[in-house]
Amino acid sequence: MDVKTGFFYLFSVVLLFAAFRVITARNPVHAVLYLMLAFSQAAAVWLLLKAEFLAIALVLVYLGAVMVLFLFVVMMLDLNIDSLRQGFWKHFPLAALIGVVIALEMAYVLMGGFRLQGAAPVEMAQAAAAQGSNTKALGLLLYSEYVYPVQIAAVILVVAMIAAIALTLRQRKDTKFVNVKDQVHVKAADRMSVVKLAATLPPPPPAAPVADAEAEKKP
Amino acid sequence: MTLTLGHYLSLGAMLFALSVIGIFLNRKNLIVLLMCIELMLLAVNMNFVAFSHYLGDMHGQIFVFFILTVAAAESAIGLALLVLLFRNKSNINVDELNALKG
Amino acid sequence: MSATLSASTLLAVPLAPLVGSALAGLFGTKFGGNHLGRKVVHSLTILGVLVAFIISAMTLKSVVVDGARFNATLYEWMVVGGLKMEVGFLVDGLTAMMMCVVTFVSLMVHIYTIGYMEEDAGYNRFFAYISLFTFSMLMLVMSNNMLQLFFGWEAVGLVSYLLIGFWFNKPTAIFANMKAFLVNRVGDFGFILGIGLIAAYAGTLNYTEAFAKADQLAKIGFPGTDWMLITVICICLFIGAMGKSAQFPLHVWLPDSMEGPTPISALIHAATMVTAGIFMVSRMSPLFELSDTALSFILVIGAITALFMGFLGIIQNDIKRVVAYSTLSQLGYMTVALGASAYSVAVFHLMTHAFFKALLFLGAGSVIIGMHHNQDIRWMGGVRKYMPITWITSLLGSLALIGTPLFSGFYSKDSIIEAVHESHLWGSGFAYFSVLAGVFITAFYSFRMYFLVFHGKERYDQNPDAHHDDHAHDDHHGHGHDAKPHESPWVVWLPLVLLAIPSVVIGYFTIQPMLYGEFFKDAIFVDGAKHHAMKELAEAFHGPMAMALHGLQAPPFWLALAGVALSWYMYMINPALPAAIKRAFGPVYRLLENKYYMDWFNENVLARGTRALGTGLWKGGDQALIDGAVVNGSWKLIGRLAGVVRWFQSGYIYHYAFAMLLGIFVLMTYFVWFNR
Repeated sequence: MDVKTGFFYLFSVVLLFAAFRVITARNPVHAVLYLMLAFSQAAAVWLLLKAEFLAIALVLVYLGAVMVLFLFVVMMLDLNIDSLRQGFWKHFPLAALIGVVIALEMAYVLMGGFRLQGAAPVEMAQAAAAQGSNTKALGLLLYSEYVYPVQIAAVILVVAMIAAIALTLRQRKDTKFVNVKDQVHVKAADRMSVVKLAATLPPPPPAAPVADAEAEKKP
Repeated sequence: MTLTLGHYLSLGAMLFALSVIGIFLNRKNLIVLLMCIELMLLAVNMNFVAFSHYLGDMHGQIFVFFILTVAAAESAIGLALLVLLFRNKSNINVDELNALKG
Repeated sequence: MSATLSASTLLAVPLAPLVGSALAGLFGTKFGGNHLGRKVVHSLTILGVLVAFIISAMTLKSVVVDGARFNATLYEWMVVGGLKMEVGFLVDGLTAMMMCVVTFVSLMVHIYTIGYMEEDAGYNRFFAYISLFTFSMLMLVMSNNMLQLFFGWEAVGLVSYLLIGFWFNKPTAIFANMKAFLVNRVGDFGFILGIGLIAAYAGTLNYTEAFAKADQLAKIGFPGTDWMLITVICICLFIGAMGKSAQFPLHVWLPDSMEGPTPISALIHAATMVTAGIFMVSRMSPLFELSDTALSFILVIGAITALFMGFLGIIQNDIKRVVAYSTLSQLGYMTVALGASAYSVAVFHLMTHAFFKALLFLGAGSVIIGMHHNQDIRWMGGVRKYMPITWITSLLGSLALIGTPLFSGFYSKDSIIEAVHESHLWGSGFAYFSVLAGVFITAFYSFRMYFLVFHGKERYDQNPDAHHDDHAHDDHHGHGHDAKPHESPWVVWLPLVLLAIPSVVIGYFTIQPMLYGEFFKDAIFVDGAKHHAMKELAEAFHGPMAMALHGLQAPPFWLALAGVALSWYMYMINPALPAAIKRAFGPVYRLLENKYYMDWFNENVLARGTRALGTGLWKGGDQALIDGAVVNGSWKLIGRLAGVVRWFQSGYIYHYAFAMLLGIFVLMTYFVWFNR
């Protein structure tokens, strides 16, 4: 077992353990932190695969932005931690069964269908890496063949930003401002109405008997 | 022994399986649901990078790039929805999200 | 075929009454605004029918004397897949004779109506209807193709319906007109099947073309059965005649049709419409001659009608019903003659019968208005003192009806009896017995009516149902509540006189040319080899006077005399005898009174059964099956299915994810394991 293989196993075990803990952590903050661990191990594994740009991108984007966002949200919500765990182990057998089945199926498909020769791929990878750095290779491809998808990705990000703001924006309720359009379109009838009243009115009927009855009731 | 493509692929498969288990287990915590989705995407990305390496084709990594972008956007919106849900229902119980039932 | 008959002159015959009817109907009634008064209306319509009569008489002269004929299409309506639908005329001896009879009787009825319907509010409407009827009947007899025949057929049925229900506020009248129309419909169903078969197999509706193919048609069998096609065609056509000419069992509408005013009973239900069936069979004689089965069928039906309707006439108390059953019986005679292949004899009897039966009906109507609308002969008697002209003409009509030698009825009836005697078809024995027995019965009931009405004690005051609702009439006649009859105005007795003349003399003068001459030579076809009745008759005929003298010694005369004598005895000498017989033969009397329970059968079994079938199909078929099971059932089923499928939409995201995973699992398993 050479160093590379050893590192691979190390990183994979930690990754899988972290993923397991994400699911089973009691405290959501812990869960997020374990997710961050998982992502960092994945980045390390990618480094092993000579995809250094993506590994660093994973760290910067995911760990630096997305996970921090998760943390923000988790800490902002006032969660009742105990109620989160009720009924957890009830569904475990079914879920475990499903997981095992999926893993086996995927392994079978992937291993059975893609039997590659041992030496040739390694040679090809070395040839590709000899062309230059991984980043340069990516960049060359992105800005020539995939320019349009890059632009679309940018639009997606803008849309996501706008959507997130629009969804959660709360207006201040204590601001007072006037809708200028309504003010300009006001009519005289909205502000004043003329009522006809006679110059003299008949006197109201005397309320004295009722008042007397009340005075009698209350000593 | 040398690392073959199979190692990386099975790693991705196990990660994917774990995240699916997580979706089924978490009836009470929506945040973990979202995190499991991130894990699923990670597993898929793992596969892409592994293939890209072993086939010597850069296109796999380009694809990972885009998946990363979309995943970021999706988690942002997902969290915004989570915040709204919490505002309205004061909890993040997945069990109670059945208003769209038939 | 002849240049002497012009199309436009012939066209004027049906169109003149039509114009009269249209003007009277559109402008003389409330529909058009009551613009024309009574005098104008009756003058217009009578003018129309008079024009038709004059031209018909001229045409008859051309046909008989000059040998003119006409057979052409005037207007082609449309051609549907090779079948031509056209309007055309065929004028030969048969047509010309029918035209004259129809227009003459119609003219008499028009004049008579002036007096009879004088006090009726629907005066103008009535004239419009009877002129319309004249138009329809003329179109029927003058047609040269079956489509126009059917048009005329249906049109006369329609006008009959309108006229029977003329007093539409009377429930019995409405019941009667529906009954007439529906029973006619049953006959028309058979008729149209026959016409359809001819159209299908001969490819044409035109008479001449169809008859030319008759021999070919006679060889074809009706598909799917053992019957010959020509037999089926003829029987179907005859069913139509059964409906229109009121043969058993489709006769039930005729007695009820007496709910209509008497003029139409005379016009439609004695002289013209009911004879349409007889006319049609004669016109189609080339077809009927080819089927002995059909002729036997006709013989038997006619014999049943002739005999059994006569029995019913014996017990009737309504003066019009007696004459109605007499009509039914005489139509049976005509039908029997048709069955014996003596078509010319049947048509001859049609003509003589038209005159004396119309006379009898109009005479009865005159008595009715004289008796202030009492129609029950039990409360009449001794009317001859007050209504002499009516009395004499009715006597002449009755004598003609029973077949007194030298009168027209004698020649036609005795010819029928002889023709049936000569026929050897299956059923001719029964037919001969029926027509002979019928002579006795006819004489009996005719003179029963005659004696009870015109002779004997006056029983006017004994009527328990004397109606007190037409006091206006009494003031009119200046009688107060006296109820004594008086003679009718001249517009009423003039037609009686004019009809009495041919009732007496026409037989004597026309029997030779019509039966044994060339009158019907190309109109009626008789297969002399198979059906030799006419040939035998021709050999035995030695002129009308010889026939009359011979008739004095023949059985029919003695039977008629016996009938008259018996009725004179029972109703004049010994009036208590009828009541005693009625008591003694109670069940028989009840059977006759209920008209052999045919009305009961029609109303309770057929009508009620059909309504029950309809209700059953409605409730069971339509509501339960189609609406309930199919229409409602399908949505209910979908609803139930949807109710089950609904549970998949639980709203929980993990359920959905689970469903997705299951799907993936299934697909993966399929592709990985089973579909390498």
